[in-house]
Amino acid sequence: MALEVLLWCVGAHLVLGVGAIAARRAPWMSAAAYGGTLVLCSVALIFSVGALLSPAGVPPRISLPIGLPWLGAHFRLDSLTAFFLAVVNLGGATASLYALGYGRHEHAPARVLPFFAAFLAGMNLVPLANDAFSFLFSWEFMSLASWALVMAEHRRAGNAEAGYLYLVMASFGTLALILAFGLLAGPAGGYEFAAMRTAAPSALMSAAILALALVGAGSKAGLVPLHAWLPLAHPAAPSHVSALMSGVMTKVAVYGFVRIVFDLLGTPDWWWGALVALVGGVTAVIGVLHALMEQDLKRVLAYSTVENLGIVFAGLGLALAFEANHMQVAAALALTAALLHVFNHSLFKSLLFFGAGAVLSATGARDMERLGGVIHRMPKTAFVFLVGSAAISALPPFNGFVSEWLTFQAILLSPALPQWLLKFLVPAVGALLALAAALAAACFVKAFGMTFLGRPRSEVAREAVEVDRFSLAAMFILAALCLLAGVLPGHVIDALGPVVQALEGAQLPGQGELDWLTIVPVAASRSSYNGLLVFLFIAASALLAAEAIHRLASNRVRRSAAWDCGFPDPSPATQYSAGSFSQPLRRVFGTVLFRARERVAMPPPGSALPARLEVELRDFLWDVLYRPAATAVGAAARILNRVQFLTIRAYLSLVFGALVALLTVLALWQ
Amino acid sequence: MALVLAAAPLLTGYVRKVKAHLVRRQGPPLVQPYRDLARLLRKDVVLADSASWFFRVAPYLIFAATWVAAALVPTFAAGLIFSYAADVIAIVALLATARFVLALAGLDVGTSFGGIGASREMMISSLAEPAMLMVVFTVSLLAGSTQLSFIAGAMQAPEIGLRVSLAMALVALIMVALAENARIPVDNPATHLELTMVHEAMVLEYSGRHLALIELASQVKLLLYVSIIACIFFPWGIVIAGAGPAAYLGGIAVYALKLMAAGFALGVFETLIAKMRVFRVSDFLGAALMLGLLATLLRFVSAQVG
Repeated sequence: MALEVLLWCVGAHLVLGVGAIAARRAPWMSAAAYGGTLVLCSVALIFSVGALLSPAGVPPRISLPIGLPWLGAHFRLDSLTAFFLAVVNLGGATASLYALGYGRHEHAPARVLPFFAAFLAGMNLVPLANDAFSFLFSWEFMSLASWALVMAEHRRAGNAEAGYLYLVMASFGTLALILAFGLLAGPAGGYEFAAMRTAAPSALMSAAILALALVGAGSKAGLVPLHAWLPLAHPAAPSHVSALMSGVMTKVAVYGFVRIVFDLLGTPDWWWGALVALVGGVTAVIGVLHALMEQDLKRVLAYSTVENLGIVFAGLGLALAFEANHMQVAAALALTAALLHVFNHSLFKSLLFFGAGAVLSATGARDMERLGGVIHRMPKTAFVFLVGSAAISALPPFNGFVSEWLTFQAILLSPALPQWLLKFLVPAVGALLALAAALAAACFVKAFGMTFLGRPRSEVAREAVEVDRFSLAAMFILAALCLLAGVLPGHVIDALGPVVQALEGAQLPGQGELDWLTIVPVAASRSSYNGLLVFLFIAASALLAAEAIHRLASNRVRRSAAWDCGFPDPSPATQYSAGSFSQPLRRVFGTVLFRARERVAMPPPGSALPARLEVELRDFLWDVLYRPAATAVGAAARILNRVQFLTIRAYLSLVFGALVALLTVLALWQ
Repeated sequence: MALVLAAAPLLTGYVRKVKAHLVRRQGPPLVQPYRDLARLLRKDVVLADSASWFFRVAPYLIFAATWVAAALVPTFAAGLIFSYAADVIAIVALLATARFVLALAGLDVGTSFGGIGASREMMISSLAEPAMLMVVFTVSLLAGSTQLSFIAGAMQAPEIGLRVSLAMALVALIMVALAENARIPVDNPATHLELTMVHEAMVLEYSGRHLALIELASQVKLLLYVSIIACIFFPWGIVIAGAGPAAYLGGIAVYALKLMAAGFALGVFETLIAKMRVFRVSDFLGAALMLGLLATLLRFVSAQVG
């Protein structure tokens, strides 16, 4: 039943998309389309959560006579699918709600609406697919729909380049996935997932599949070094689409990786875990350092997506390492941590992108050097953005801390791993994650502080007005969920139980019934955390202190000019800016990693020109990886271009030569 | 919880007294921090024109988060009623919450000093927090738990003994504690010289009861770090749950002695050493991070050896 409903929802999304093209001139089209996606996503959300909480004994499956004629299209709804569908549709529903208000500001809705619905359809279809063809088809459909959304504002400077890079990277990732599925299917061509599960590829083959899956899913998830497109493409789209791409589409990539490596591929080798965890840890640190150097609010958020996906993959890597050593409980803990972070990140990243979109629509500015003081004009948006910032910085009592805490608990279980490499690597990954968490807090102090606090740095920031009710409602729902998932993490962990059980053969003990809703992943003497009590304690002591002080001591307030050590300057240019905030960190970390250079250009004496400080940052990955690759492709294309302009004799001899060569190879082969 | 609150200014007063005596001054009386707090509480709050609602809420949040963190650390008795609510990783994170709010409050008014303080504080914490977590990892791998009550119990066991990893962790933790509490050589608690201050720069715009709360929070934080160090590395005399009142009195006495020793050591250390340049701090804390990482690695590698 649930599976049918979910498939009908996908179909309805597509119909809605086509309808949006047909009725693109109607003035009510925007509201109708977003209202439609809101209803569809809500229905799908209800059914996927239902399927997650009360899993059927045998996952329901459906085969449709579409797609390849001898294969058909197969769909299946197991608990892993249900979990990711819940994430997708929660993000989709809130994005639709947000867009009901935000979409009114769009100048070309016909460029967004059809693809928005199609994008949602694609993201819903990927987790449902039960054979390689429908998986790849819906994956590519999702990529292309999101590419169209990135190009929605194609005239804005830089967006066309971002779209082009995204297209190249997406095709590259899909190519890797096609190869991975080809190897999984084997020579017999068992393209159904059920056949792949029973097949047992050789060790070498498995390693190749793991590498291809890591490249394919990792390029969509933005793992270093395949992240370069993400901070360009995600911010280029309209903000509600940015939220979907960062908050949800990267999660579909995680789904692809989990489905292939944990479900289809069979028992892992121990070094898989080492590889994945290391990639995750490095991604987390590099992502957040990039985020710290940025001054564009939406780009900061996009880079922080890279960081969070790094944390997720570090958890997945730990789970693989534990599973390879038959430590099922530890593997279940690591996998739960990773999946919980998937859920948490989808909440707060959507929230933050909505907040950035609200600021963007109110001021027209994304550059933090032009913002500041927005909290006075947009107090509600500021409040929810603050909640999101605290959650993403892994601060209790919000949800980001819980998944971070579980990941650390998994790391603390890893000395029992027998392999020496893992013994050295896992603590290093732990240090990288700890560093990333601390840097994320610095990054979001900067993002919130520069955007909302301080004095306005431009006229547009001074004139900002609070956004509409739909947008606020979407943001407040997400903020409430961030707090709720942080205060009652036990229930979310319990909901993840069947997913983990199916993949690892073990799950964490039930957390919902423990006293005071504490979470105890392993044993009470080992570790426990109670978000509810921590939240209540903080709230109670803050209120108590406020009440006591206001009653017993003074409660009077006077306003006056800022003190500023006696030299207040009315110009807002005297306050700290985003660039100056990150200067100490740039000096500490950036000199090596980004080859950051600062130059002060002083005008000659007597000149009235201002002195300028120039900062130069270089991403070494562009220099070592992307630019050589692009040059090589260009050179190859130029050489091959000659083949296009040969005479007929040359073509004939080419065909003849190729035929002879192939026959020779065939003869030698046998 | 109340004990922590009551004792915290005393510790600060004691450290000041020690420092004054070392330079042959009389120094302010021990109760001076209490008098300062009481005076600040009675005064009006003067808010800057550009301060927002966040600026007024922040002191209460900072105080609450620090207080909750401190209340979860066993001081003289293990087995606190709510010790299961948060383990030592959560305590570190609660302190991070307080710091996050404080740094934002420094940015709120929009002055250059607030920004300087916030920016440097986040730079310091971005190294100090991972170092602290590495220390936590080391200790919890040894004790098999991240709950401080259990750690205190496990560290008292005879088979722990002296270990290289513990020594490294102790050094790293002390370095982190100096940095986090804005002590010399990282920051100077007594300075108002603009270019060197970090913590004082963030709270520059605060006055009256708000300032009192922030001051109290930083005193509580100092006490908390001393308690953590005492609880992990010098757990002798911590009363286990269910002992008689006499044992509790003894526990309190031992705890007071530990605090005095730590305060004395801190005063001597601060008098002996000079403050370092801001950009040397990263080397200092980087060393702490590496020590912590080495200690953790040692624990991982020697897990089988025992």
